[in-house]
Amino acid sequence: MSLSTIWQLKKSHQVWASGTLALAGYVLMRTIGYHPVTIGLMLAATLIAGLPIFRKAFQAIRYKIVGIDALVTIAVAGAVIIGEYWEAAAVTFLFILGDYLESRTIEKTRSSIRSLMDLAPDQARVRRAEGEVVLSPNEVVRGDLIIVKPGEKIAVDGSVIEGTAYVNQAAITGESIPINRLNGDEVFSGTIIESGYLVIRAEKVGEDTTFARILHMVEEAQDKKAKAQKSLEKFSRWYTPSIILLSAVLYVFTRDIRLALTLLVISCPGALVISTPVSIVAGIGNGAKHGVLIKGGEIIEKLGTVKAVAFDKTGTLTEGKPGVTHIKSFGMSEDEVLRIAAIGESYSEHPLGQAIIREAEKRLNIKLTSPEQAEIIIGRGLRFTLDGQDYLIGNRKLFEQTAIDLDNHEDYLKLEETKGQTAVILGTETDILGIISIADTIRNDAKELVRELKRLGVKHIAMLTGDNQRAAKAVADQLGLDAYYAELLPQDKVEVLNSLGDKYGSVAMVGDGVNDAPALATADLGVAIGGAGTDVAMETADVVLMSADIHRLSYAVGLSRATVNNIRQNIIFALAVVAVLLAGVIFRTVNMSLGMLVHEGSVLLVILNAMRLLRYNESRIQE
Amino acid sequence: MTNKTFQLETFTCPSCVAKIEGVLKKTKGIEQSEVLFNSSRVKVAYDDATINDNQIKFKLEGLGYKVLSVK
Repeated sequence: MSLSTIWQLKKSHQVWASGTLALAGYVLMRTIGYHPVTIGLMLAATLIAGLPIFRKAFQAIRYKIVGIDALVTIAVAGAVIIGEYWEAAAVTFLFILGDYLESRTIEKTRSSIRSLMDLAPDQARVRRAEGEVVLSPNEVVRGDLIIVKPGEKIAVDGSVIEGTAYVNQAAITGESIPINRLNGDEVFSGTIIESGYLVIRAEKVGEDTTFARILHMVEEAQDKKAKAQKSLEKFSRWYTPSIILLSAVLYVFTRDIRLALTLLVISCPGALVISTPVSIVAGIGNGAKHGVLIKGGEIIEKLGTVKAVAFDKTGTLTEGKPGVTHIKSFGMSEDEVLRIAAIGESYSEHPLGQAIIREAEKRLNIKLTSPEQAEIIIGRGLRFTLDGQDYLIGNRKLFEQTAIDLDNHEDYLKLEETKGQTAVILGTETDILGIISIADTIRNDAKELVRELKRLGVKHIAMLTGDNQRAAKAVADQLGLDAYYAELLPQDKVEVLNSLGDKYGSVAMVGDGVNDAPALATADLGVAIGGAGTDVAMETADVVLMSADIHRLSYAVGLSRATVNNIRQNIIFALAVVAVLLAGVIFRTVNMSLGMLVHEGSVLLVILNAMRLLRYNESRIQE
Repeated sequence: MTNKTFQLETFTCPSCVAKIEGVLKKTKGIEQSEVLFNSSRVKVAYDDATINDNQIKFKLEGLGYKVLSVK
């Protein structure tokens, strides 16, 4: 076998060949002793396993770089020179076995990201002038009509123009419960139609689709280094040469070549340098699968140690559009108040009126009729006739011109207003029929999110808003926030974030990425909610939660915490192993091959520990 | 200037990263290089009048890392 054929061998073959030869050599050594055949077998094992290592070492040394391969090469060469053929064979074999197993397991830590890539659409059924054609997604152009059938993947971002279907959007949002999509709805590339069919007009194709951009960002993110990683890399740069120096010094003083060579072998910093990147890639991969895009190792570190979180109010903690929160009726049912109010408001375009109509449609489930006659009174409300009866709907001022005395209701109106509500009054010329309270409603899961974040160790949760004091206080009180800052201009938000940063260290700013892109971009750590489909949010934020479900934020924080802990465990473990081995060498209980075995084992354990992050899921949060 | 990304066989030790980076830095014609550990890729920006992608590939393989694809 020539040297170049060894180089051509697959890693697994090298492992088998050198392993078999080393084993045969070991058996002979135990039976017939160091016979030339024994030595021959061991040298062959050393050569097969060692050649790629030696080659890498020499190549690197030519460029004055001393790496782990050089340590092993010197040790093995030394072992052969002093006649320790068995040690040489064992060390090289264990090294490539470790390397082989590491490359196999390390693939696993990257498997989440790989599986995400496998979700990429591979074909699109396009309706063109010449008929229906099946194209690769790259050949689709904007404006094409795409037909998607059950079980198929949508290959473009676009809007539905025909059909209805249940779509599984897990690839984008991490949410695997299919949602109903019909005419006018937005759909994403990479999502799968479970039942029904859709015709979609392509708006973004190929590399511009949300899915392609997520993939691209995840790919970039996995190699953006964490701080811990950067310092470890610096450390290893001087570490290896100094170990060689130390071994040389040790040899000079003790004249014990075996001791010096063993030191070389056990000091390989493998587990230490690998400790951070394997955890990061597993953490980022896990997040990507669950609709949480974390843009790099440093971001995971920041999010994992975050002590203060600042939320934007509108659209983040609240729904971002007004909703009916309470109805008080006088002499009729609440539903009746709502029905009459909604019919009257169907004449107006006012956002408050729209909120009443939405609520009526939701709650009453009837088709609203139109008023017989209606008239808008600007700045006050409107007057309308329904079933022959005249009604008024609007604010206080509207009723000033009637005979009605509002004093009886003043306490209630004031109370609602201090709660941040806008009160809409429904009445006739003579009586008040009901008061409808409207406010930007707090999201269902906001309260739970605040609780979760506290449980995860976030010390300070604040809200920043451009809205008025009253409305801000109402939301902050309801959610049990630690602080709120109201009537802020965009530049004020940045200032508040800075002062929070001074007080608590790392601060995350959470927003919907549309209203507050500047604050997200300037924040130490910007988190965008509902990022799928909004380019600005995806570009500017450090962490993007694809779905609008804010609960994912606690998932993101929990996952980052777990990742940071995982990295710490790995580093401590790696340092402990080196310390124990070092002690073992000094007290002469660890020889070269045992040292190599423990070293490679520790690298594998670090990778296996990182793989635990792949299984991190929401049920862990609930605990 | 040309940009190319080399996909290498799986990196297992980040010390390889330092090595490849060091070598590329010292290679004439290469203006910028970045070695990505987790994706096992090397991104290179080079002056195509001085060096071509085959030479870079040869260099990487000479260091002991098989190049799986270039794009």
